[in-house]
Amino acid sequence: MNDARLLTRILADPSRIGEVRDWTALLCAARAESLGGTLAFRLEGSPVPPKVASILLDARRDAAQARTQALWEAEMARRALADTGIPVVLLKGTAYAAAGLPPALGRSIGDLDILVPRTALPRVEEALLGAGWEWVKENAYDDHYYRTWMHELPPLIHRERDRMIDVHHTILPLTARRTPDAQAMIDDSVALGDGLRILAPEDMVLHAVAHLFADGDLAGGLRNLWDIDRLLRSFTETPAFWSRLDARARRHDLLAPLQRALRLAARFYRTPVEQALAGRSAGDALYERRLLARDGWGRATRRGTRLGFYVRSHWLRMPPMMLAKHLLEKARR
Amino acid sequence: MAGPRYIADPEDQVQSVPLEGLIVLYHRPSGMTHLLAPPGPQILAALAGEVGDAEAVLARISEHFDLAADDPAAAIAARLGELEAAGLVRRV
Amino acid sequence: MRHALALKIGPVSFRIGSAWREPLAQLERLYAGYPAADEVADFTVRLEPATPWRRFARPSVAIRGDYTLPDAAPLPLPLGLLAAEMGMNLQMALGQKRYLLLHAGIVARDGEALILTGASGAGKSTLAALLGEQGWRFMGDEFGLLDPETGFLHPFPRAISLKNAALALFDGADPGRLGPVLRGTPKGMIRHLRPPADAIARMAEPARPALILFPRYGRDFPAEDRPVGAAEVFVRLTQASTNYVSLGARGFDALTALVAEVPARAIDYGSSAEAIAMVERLWAARA
Repeated sequence: MNDARLLTRILADPSRIGEVRDWTALLCAARAESLGGTLAFRLEGSPVPPKVASILLDARRDAAQARTQALWEAEMARRALADTGIPVVLLKGTAYAAAGLPPALGRSIGDLDILVPRTALPRVEEALLGAGWEWVKENAYDDHYYRTWMHELPPLIHRERDRMIDVHHTILPLTARRTPDAQAMIDDSVALGDGLRILAPEDMVLHAVAHLFADGDLAGGLRNLWDIDRLLRSFTETPAFWSRLDARARRHDLLAPLQRALRLAARFYRTPVEQALAGRSAGDALYERRLLARDGWGRATRRGTRLGFYVRSHWLRMPPMMLAKHLLEKARR
Repeated sequence: MAGPRYIADPEDQVQSVPLEGLIVLYHRPSGMTHLLAPPGPQILAALAGEVGDAEAVLARISEHFDLAADDPAAAIAARLGELEAAGLVRRV
Repeated sequence: MRHALALKIGPVSFRIGSAWREPLAQLERLYAGYPAADEVADFTVRLEPATPWRRFARPSVAIRGDYTLPDAAPLPLPLGLLAAEMGMNLQMALGQKRYLLLHAGIVARDGEALILTGASGAGKSTLAALLGEQGWRFMGDEFGLLDPETGFLHPFPRAISLKNAALALFDGADPGRLGPVLRGTPKGMIRHLRPPADAIARMAEPARPALILFPRYGRDFPAEDRPVGAAEVFVRLTQASTNYVSLGARGFDALTALVAEVPARAIDYGSSAEAIAMVERLWAARA
């Protein structure tokens, strides 16, 4: 069996570990998909060979330490921005960890991602620069590109802690075809105890969906889809969740991506989804093929499928002339 | 005039090991290690779970710590600024 | 992958895959006599063409694996053995989370370990290798693996990487223990040396740290040693560790205990004979 496929089956149902013939290949594929820590928590307490148990224990400890560091970055950003009164919404991994949501278990967390109102950007920038963050060295073109077309400030890095922060003012690039309503997301965000905020449940799912499809060439897709699975499972008991998710997806112009994500999540992780909302499509097979393009040596496979998705991902984000200009600038350097 | 008021994490959130007059400190909330010279550790102890400004810190530590400085309150205030940047104390 | 090899070094097992046979054949010769690897590898290393056509045309070896540095420069195929060694180093530096890694040469005697650490080029690797040929048990020339649970060091007796002038010091070694001479590497001329047989036979046997030395080589340096304060030792060891931060409280506990219990000295030397004499003297006088 394809190792990426086996990985998804075991994540969905850890009792299937009897199907593992090559643990090294499974662990390698999981690491390559940034799911090593997640797998380690899913298999906690499962009867695995002693060597595997020891590798999984290391991965759980490592994830716990990464979580501490990520939450600390959020806390330091909170302190830096507290006096501004600007609402700061945590996104992605840090949000899941801060809110104690299930995708956080074992999840690797890279940069700190926050969402703030677009009008507050200059004040956020000033407060962060005053609290020890600095621009990652960028040339003028990149800076212009970020500020004009992307959905975030150019990345900042903290000079002492060496950790990056991405300050978003919308959840998709301004060049993308779809235009989610970021202000509505901020308005409906939920306060955590310490003053930081997270997205409301429906918006959190929709942000994960936007991230899965629009923010790249489906790289890391199995992990993003796992986030969606875990979120849906924890929200599905909330009354009227599915109808609110439906309405919210239309509001943000993300209905079709949401539907595809629901179908793929159900397919890979047996996520309980509302069939009426998920709908049907013949095009899912290509996505499935792309998401499983990983072998037991951790290598990216199916080059043709990948290239198609790369071109497509740029197309989604940028109109053609802009894409040409961007590729030209990239080539020149 | 009272300066900014600070608080440090409770004592069970830090782990200290003395090394030759200095303190190596593991700060659990951040997972970071700090090397502190006096009066850093004394300031942290004085603010552990208890709010205070530079004057209050001075009053609390002067009982068992002799701060050799012309203007002890200003020296404490400067150290508080460093500890704040390191994330070991925060303003309230 | 097309070619694969499993290696066990100390407590760590590697799976190394390669698009070409030669690097793995060289690796297999160099590591002849090592015990069989565990069935499950801790880490995977891949040696693969930097781009698909680079398997044949001016073949260049990209170093990848579970952990990869995106900007690591590929090496020409004749340096494939070095690429494999670098790949294993990279997995340890970025992926090892069980043991606190100390960038150090380690040798042991009577179950007690000597840690030789310091800046690159200080000679710790060469010193560890030389001591390993004269009565000490060689435990590693690159990484010391400090077990936070026991405070003991685990051997990691990889092939010794001899560089430039150090090659001549081992001219007398059994040729069967030496790898090919690698010219034009980023660090000049390199030749690998298989550790002595007892180092391999006893690679599952940990040792208690007993002395830390910070060697410093300079042709004109008078042979001298001086104490190093505990706080400085602590800071220098955190700098010599690639995973101190990611081990969190376990790393802190392990390192503060090591520094509190084990004496440390800095040594300057101008020749390896001087250094070895100093090591023997300080070892005999250790607290």
